[in-house]
Amino acid sequence: MTNLPLSVPVAPNRLSLSKFARRSPSAAIGAALVVLILLVALFAPWIAPYDPIAQDIANRLMPPSAAHWFGTDSFGRDLLSRLIYGTRPTLMLLAIVILLTTPVGIAIGIVAGFYGGMVERILMRITDIAMAFPKLVLALAFVAVLGAGLVNGALALALTAWPAYARQTRSETVSLRKSDYLAAAEMMGITGPRLLFGHVLPLVLPGAIVRMALDLGGIILIAAGLGFLGLGVRPPTPEWGAMVADGTQVIFDQWWVAATPGAAILLTSFAFNLLSDGLRDLMDPRNG
Amino acid sequence: MSAVANWLVTLAITLLGLMVVTFALAELSPADPALHLAGDKATEATYQAARKTLGLDDPLPERFVAYVGHVLTGNLGTSWSTNQPVATDIVRVFPATLELATVAIIAGALIGVALGVIAALRPRGLIDGIVRIISLIGYSVPIFWLGLLFLLLFYAKLHWTAGPGRLSDIYAYTVTPVTGFYLIDTALWGEEGSFLDTLSHLVLPASVLAIHSLASISRLTRASLLGELGKEYAVAARAKGVGEVRLMLTHLLPNVAGTVLTVIALAYATLLEGAVLTETVFGWPGLGRYMTTAIFASDMPAVLGGTLVIGVCFVIVNAITDILARIVDPRLS
Repeated sequence: MTNLPLSVPVAPNRLSLSKFARRSPSAAIGAALVVLILLVALFAPWIAPYDPIAQDIANRLMPPSAAHWFGTDSFGRDLLSRLIYGTRPTLMLLAIVILLTTPVGIAIGIVAGFYGGMVERILMRITDIAMAFPKLVLALAFVAVLGAGLVNGALALALTAWPAYARQTRSETVSLRKSDYLAAAEMMGITGPRLLFGHVLPLVLPGAIVRMALDLGGIILIAAGLGFLGLGVRPPTPEWGAMVADGTQVIFDQWWVAATPGAAILLTSFAFNLLSDGLRDLMDPRNG
Repeated sequence: MSAVANWLVTLAITLLGLMVVTFALAELSPADPALHLAGDKATEATYQAARKTLGLDDPLPERFVAYVGHVLTGNLGTSWSTNQPVATDIVRVFPATLELATVAIIAGALIGVALGVIAALRPRGLIDGIVRIISLIGYSVPIFWLGLLFLLLFYAKLHWTAGPGRLSDIYAYTVTPVTGFYLIDTALWGEEGSFLDTLSHLVLPASVLAIHSLASISRLTRASLLGELGKEYAVAARAKGVGEVRLMLTHLLPNVAGTVLTVIALAYATLLEGAVLTETVFGWPGLGRYMTTAIFASDMPAVLGGTLVIGVCFVIVNAITDILARIVDPRLS
C-alpha cells in the first residue's frame, strides 16, 4: 500500500480477524460473547426447552435439576427458557436506542464541527446541557410519567444518550475540516449534504461505533433497573430486571430465582464492556 | 473573572434546561393535577376552580415562568400521597441518601485509587489483569442484584451485618437527629450501641455503591498514571533511583490529581443517582426510596420533585468539580 501524503490520518488500519484477536484478546472475547447473545436471541424458540410463559403451578420454585437446569419461578415457569427469551427485550431496547440516538448525535456533531461559529456554539451548548443530566433518574421519571413499556424505556434512555456521539463526532469533524482529503473533495465541487454525509460521515463513523459500544453496557444496566422497578416490558414477557424483582420475594429461600437473571444482565453488560474496552485499546495504544 | 462568569452562566443555563425537562414531563403527564386537588367526586364548578387555582388554563410560557418561580422559592408542589409539601418530604429523607453516598464514595475513592496505583506499577502484569477484571465487573454488575446477593450472603446466611433499613427497631427512637447523618448523630451523643447498629446497616449498601464507583476510579487512575510514566520528569526521577512506589505516590499522583478528582466527583454524582435502586433493595429511607414509592403511588409531584433535586445535585457536583480540578491542576484552565 502506498502512503498518501495526508496531513491527517483518515482511517484506522484495517485489521484481519485473526490479527484483531491477537492484538486485543478482550475485544475478541467480548465480540464473541456479543455474537453468542445475539444468536441466542435470534434462535430463542429453538434453543429454549420450554415455553417461557407456560405456568406449571405444581412445579413452582423447583431447585435446579435435570429437567429445569436453572429451576423454576413462583409460577412454575422454566427459568432457563425465560433467560433465553429475556435476551430479546434487552437487545430490542438497545437496537431502538441506537437507532434513535446515533443518527441524531452524529448529524449534530458533523454539522457543528464542519460549520463552526454560531451554529457550533448553539448546538454544543444544547449538547453539554443534555450531557449534564442524570441518566437513570430522568429515565425513571420519563417512564413513570409516560407509562411503562419497551418503547418508552428506549425513548427515555435515548434522551440522555445522544450527546456523547455529538461531542465525539464534533471533535473528529473539526480535525478533519483541515484535511487535504476534504479540501480535495471540495475542489472537485462536492459541497453541502453530499460532502458532509458522503465524505465526512464515513471517517467519523468508526469513532462513533466505539463510543456506542462503550455506552451499551451502561444502557443495559439502566434498562434492567427500570425492569426491576416494574417500569419495563409488561409481564408475563420475560425481562431480566423484572425477573430479579420477582425473585426478590423468595431471595432467602429460593435464591436462584433472582440470581440467574441478574447473572444474565451481568454477562451481557460485561460482554459489551469487554468489547469496548478492547476496541479502545486498539484505537488508543496509550490505554494499553 | 470572565471565566467565573462563564461558569455561572453555563450552570444557570443547564439548571434551566433541567427545569424545561421536568416541566415538559409534567405537561405530558396524563395525570390531571386539578382532578387530584378537587377529588373525583367534585362538581364541575369546584373542578374549574381548582384548575384556576393551579393556573392550568394559563398559556404555556406563563406556566413555565410560574414553575421556575416556584422552584426557585423552594416550592416543589404538594405530594399526592403524603399530602405534605414535596420540599419538606425531601429535606426529611435526603440526609439518609447523602450519608449513604458519602460513605460509599470515600470507600470507593480510597480503594479505587489504591487499585489504580497498584495496577500501574506493573502494566499488563497479573495484578493489572485482576484489577482490570474487577473494574470491568464493577462497571457491568447490576447494583440492585449485587445488593440482593449481599443481603442473602452477609445478612441471611452469615449473620455478619444487619438487614434492610437504616437502624434496628430497638434503637429507632434513641437517635436525636442533629445533622441527619446517623453516624455523626450517634457518635455525637456517645450512643455506642446505636452507632454500631447504624454502621452495621450501612456497610452493605455502601459496599455495593463503592464497588460500582471504584471501577471507573481505578481504571482512570491507572490510565492517567501510565500516561505520565513516559514523560521526562518521570524518567529523570527513575534515573535518579526513586523507587517505583515512591515515584507513583509522590511524583506522578500529584500531577494526575486533577483528573482523578474529576472522576471521583463524577462517580459521586452518579452514586446520588444510583442510590435509587440501592435504596429500594435495602429499604433505605432516603430520596431514592421516596421516589420509587411515589412512582408506585402515581404521585407525580413527588416523582418530578425528586428528579429535579437529584438532577440539580448532579449538575452542581459536576460544575463544582470543574472548578476544583482547575484549582488542583492549574494546567487545565
